[in-house]
Amino acid sequence: MGRITLENVTKRFGDVEVIPPLNLDINDGEFVVFVGPSGCGKSTLLRLIAGLEDTSGGRILIDGQDATATPPAKRGLAMVFQSYALYPHMSVRKNIAFPMRMAGVPQDEQDRRIEAAAKALNLTNYLDRKPGQLSGGQRQRVAIGRAIVREPSAFLFDEPLSNLDAALRVGMRLEISELHNRLDTTMIYVTHDQVEAMTMADKIVVLQAGRIEQVGSPMELYRAPKNLFVAGFIGSPKMNLIEGPTAAEFGATTIGVRPEHIAVSGTEGRWKGRIGVSEHLGSDTFFYVEDTGLAETITVRAGGNIDLHHGDTVWLTPDIAEMHRFDARGDRIA
Amino acid sequence: MATRQTASLARLMRAPAIILLLIWMIVPLGMTLYYSFLNYNLLNPAGTSWAGWFNYRYFYTDPAFFDAIRNTLVLVLGVLVITVVGGIAIALLIDKPIWGQGIVRILIISPFFVMPPVAALIWKNMIMHPSYGVFADIAKFFGAQPVDWFAQFPLTSIIIIVAWQWLPFATLILLTALQSLDGEQMEAAEMDGAGALSRFIHLTLPHMARAITVVILIQTIFLLGIYAEILVTTNGGPGNASTNLTYLIYRAARLNFDIGGAAAGGIIAVILANLVAIFLMRAVGKNLD
Ligand SMILES: Nc1ncnc2c1ncn2[C@@H]1O[C@H](COP(=O)(O)OP(=O)(O)O)[C@@H](O)[C@H]1O
Ligand SMILES: [Mg+2]
Repeated sequence: MGRITLENVTKRFGDVEVIPPLNLDINDGEFVVFVGPSGCGKSTLLRLIAGLEDTSGGRILIDGQDATATPPAKRGLAMVFQSYALYPHMSVRKNIAFPMRMAGVPQDEQDRRIEAAAKALNLTNYLDRKPGQLSGGQRQRVAIGRAIVREPSAFLFDEPLSNLDAALRVGMRLEISELHNRLDTTMIYVTHDQVEAMTMADKIVVLQAGRIEQVGSPMELYRAPKNLFVAGFIGSPKMNLIEGPTAAEFGATTIGVRPEHIAVSGTEGRWKGRIGVSEHLGSDTFFYVEDTGLAETITVRAGGNIDLHHGDTVWLTPDIAEMHRFDARGDRIA
Repeated sequence: MATRQTASLARLMRAPAIILLLIWMIVPLGMTLYYSFLNYNLLNPAGTSWAGWFNYRYFYTDPAFFDAIRNTLVLVLGVLVITVVGGIAIALLIDKPIWGQGIVRILIISPFFVMPPVAALIWKNMIMHPSYGVFADIAKFFGAQPVDWFAQFPLTSIIIIVAWQWLPFATLILLTALQSLDGEQMEAAEMDGAGALSRFIHLTLPHMARAITVVILIQTIFLLGIYAEILVTTNGGPGNASTNLTYLIYRAARLNFDIGGAAAGGIIAVILANLVAIFLMRAVGKNLD
């Protein structure tokens, strides 16, 4: 079981309120991603749940029990740190065994769980190495192994992939998702990378300056961002935000159109512009269109075979049905 | 090819320094070795003659000799134990942010700046003196008989003084090691259910192993040659109770003017130092690579 409830949880460092009173429900077995820009309080929130920081106010409930004052080891949660935090002088086997040793798990049970974890994480051949002799991805897996063997009620990950190179990151992303499908345990995952959030989450929590901007499934956030911040944060490349008279035409202060919802043509359309940079990825082409008079650049996604280049004059036509409208306060107009 | 050239060039460039160091070491060592086989007394330099193994036999049969070796080892070991254990304890204490941390750290380091004879004199006359020392005052306050430290516990007293001088060094080295310990590792261990003691044993101590080794090796080098503290306090007595090998050699050379005997003692001290070094490298040296 791993149901976690935050009730008016607050955190202050001295006079600075990093997390204003915050409420959140995390259901058993859910994969929840906290996403937001650097410094918005994601790590702090995760550490509050882990018990590594004391709350300044509010309550944390784990499976309905008040755990606000429970020490970290007693909360039944396992954490994977950004730096992996492996014990450098212990072999991989000893690293993975450490939490079980501390809990007094019998030796044969320890061996069984290490065996299983090593097999699942492809570490069987490395059990007798020291962390210093492993690659970044292997260290990451050891850190996950150390968390798995505790059989926690929830896993906490703090930017676990940020120290890996791009290719490895995609691989580990899949592995963690598979792990979640297999174990069916609650996972709380912190990242500043919206792609990780979109691809892995059952539920995304978008944070800004310690406040929750929106909670929802990846597609809910993509289809109906509650405000300008979420609209700009979710989706890659970013949504185009247009203000001024063009927005007023649609009865809004700001309108947002995603690059994939704009049709581009060399002959006719609604908005005229000139192609600045064009990125041909093979499957897709991204145009950064200038001189539209709407915004500095408008990003447009087109098919891979389109024959338009830098300097060409183009016409853009937004898909009105997929357009997002925001009022003067930045909130979504339904 | 290129690397082989670089290597031989590097060897060539290193050579002058190494040769100079070698001469620096070999010449005095050779002279000491030579003198140790001579009957050479400063009171009668004209009567210098070949002595063979006499000086060594003389040292060997001197009842003070084995006392001196034992005292040397006890002194080194005693100071090492106190400074390493005490150093770890103090480092753990001042690693935590406390009010007035800067001043506390300077106070803790300051004994290191007091030169050995001065430190020993202060301990002798102001702290351990049986009638006006601080310890005597404390004893009298509790109605106890003051302890005459240098008469009753001569070697222990010297160990205390020397440990006091070396504690700052150990503390400083161990503190820097402690400060480089990764905070996330500690938090991970905390989440893994390790209590404060387990974290100390399984994380802090292994992390400090290298620093502890450095402290032990460096201190041993200096502790084998302790001399000033003995000279100004007990003069090696009572009897031979606080005479170490260095002090025994000093006695042979400066009190008996026996250069040959002193040289033989010096050679024995060199051999002892090497034995200790080999033992130490075997015991703790693996922490250094
Ligand atoms: N121990 C601390 N003392 C003071 N301020 C802190 C501390 N830890 C974090 N902060 C501040 O809290 C804010 C949120 O930090 P953090 O949770 O690490 O952000 P994120 O993980 O989202 O990048 C930052 O402004 C940071 O400077
Ligand atoms: Mg962070």
